[in-house]
Amino acid sequence: MIPAPSPTIPVTAEPAPAGRAIATVVAHTAAPTRNAATEQAAANLRIAVRRRGEIAARVAAPLLGLVVFLTIWAAIAQMGTIPGPAKTWEAAKVVFSDPFYKNGPNDQGIAWKIGGSLSRVGIGFGLAALVGIPLGFMIGRFLFLRNMFEPVISLLRPVSPLAWLPIGLLVFKGADPAAIWTIFISSIWPMVINTAVGVQRIPQDYLNVARVLKLSEWKVFSKILFPAVLPYMLTGVRLSIGIAWLVIVAAEMLTGGVGIGFWVWDEWNNLKVENIIIAIFVIGVIGLLLEYSLLLLAKRWQYD
Amino acid sequence: MDRYLNIEQAGMIFETRNGAFTALRDINLTIQKGEFVTLIGHSGCGKSTLLNLIAGLTTPTTGYLFLSERQIVGPGPDRGVVFQNHSLLPWLTCFDNIHLAVERVFAETESKAQLRERTQRALELVGLATAAEKRPHEISGGMKQRVGIARALAMEPKVLLMDEPFGALDALTRARLQDELMRIVTATGSTVVMVTHDVDEAVLLADRVVMMTNGPAATIGEILHVDLPRPRERLAMASNPQYLAARKAVLEFLYQKQLKAA
Repeated sequence: MIPAPSPTIPVTAEPAPAGRAIATVVAHTAAPTRNAATEQAAANLRIAVRRRGEIAARVAAPLLGLVVFLTIWAAIAQMGTIPGPAKTWEAAKVVFSDPFYKNGPNDQGIAWKIGGSLSRVGIGFGLAALVGIPLGFMIGRFLFLRNMFEPVISLLRPVSPLAWLPIGLLVFKGADPAAIWTIFISSIWPMVINTAVGVQRIPQDYLNVARVLKLSEWKVFSKILFPAVLPYMLTGVRLSIGIAWLVIVAAEMLTGGVGIGFWVWDEWNNLKVENIIIAIFVIGVIGLLLEYSLLLLAKRWQYD
Repeated sequence: MDRYLNIEQAGMIFETRNGAFTALRDINLTIQKGEFVTLIGHSGCGKSTLLNLIAGLTTPTTGYLFLSERQIVGPGPDRGVVFQNHSLLPWLTCFDNIHLAVERVFAETESKAQLRERTQRALELVGLATAAEKRPHEISGGMKQRVGIARALAMEPKVLLMDEPFGALDALTRARLQDELMRIVTATGSTVVMVTHDVDEAVLLADRVVMMTNGPAATIGEILHVDLPRPRERLAMASNPQYLAARKAVLEFLYQKQLKAA
């Protein structure tokens, strides 16, 4: 028979002796520094090396990309059909030496061409914003309107921009208004859709604040709806401007007039290919500037 | 007895895709002026729903709610709400967030200078006078919640409604804000209804702890009077037998009578 364990044997392995604290607080002392100066120097070196790496990535990589691009371009130009970088550069010097000349209505300097295109984009896009942003607000706010407009928008949005041009020519009976109309109808959708999505995504908390305070409709709009939707709206604006700039070049090819798009077509007829390449660069740079300035603008209204 | 906030037979049924869902039933509660009431219960017990009913953000499907003898039919600035996630407008400074509320309530009777002074006082009340021109994303979570409290109190509401106001904060910040809230409520004599899931918070702050049964069809299970004198010192409470007994009573309710399978 196994004897029962004696009750006097302590169950815990080692009970804390009386008088000794169970938990002790030990002051934390920093380990002695080996050599502060050398460590600091090593840290500085590491930071410098890392910074140099960052600079290389930021500056050298894009430069390398451009060099590769120019090399490929020059190589293709060697085959003879298109002018190479050097020839284009020479032509560009001529084009940009006198940007403001005016020889009649259809032969004007590069600055006027750019100005003509930008003003068409400005008017068409401006009208689109004027109509599209309020429409987006209403579609976002009222379910009935959303259901009403959704099928129409889904139907019209994927239409290729230039398909609208004949309608514009027919209705407005002029090249310029038709181009503006094409810009309007093809750049309006991102603003409508993004604004509507922004309105729908306003956090319920903000609307609850409005409800608890019983704010007037105007206060709700100016203090809550508008600021909350602004980032979405600006995204829509950025997409729209991008589309407008894409479309204007194509529209001008068909409608003519003073503008960068018609210039491309005109130089094709003149077979001055280096000027076409210059136009391509100008179009790219301006598109980039538009995009970048709107990004800067959007950053201004980021809250977090 | 002063029937300041009065809830009679309130019930709430939500229409869901799977049919009607009874969230609350047979809620009867009378809260006196200047009383601090905490609502506690397991998650999903409808305590936030009850708070929303008082706020008027939702209307009950049965029963009635009255605030100083007038029926609650919708939200209004006489009930200041402190939301769980502070709900400050990120594009306004702390000052402007509070000013929006102050303006709404007092613009008809007071001058612009008085309104600004009110806003400033509200900021000072929560110890944030220096953060007036900061945007919400520039200040800590605890500070945001204090601005939320200042905004609610600046409206001089009849009732201050708080929906787990310190739930998203770390334990140390939470303790500091609880102490501060007790000081503010004592100073302003506010009537408060606070939803919480923290037993210590419920007992420490409250005159009465309203314990809710588990949902669905949750209702008030027990009400505990906490007759501890104020001001209540957090450290002294840790060994106060009356406090510990109250705490134990709430724990027993939550973990014995209303034990919920996780």
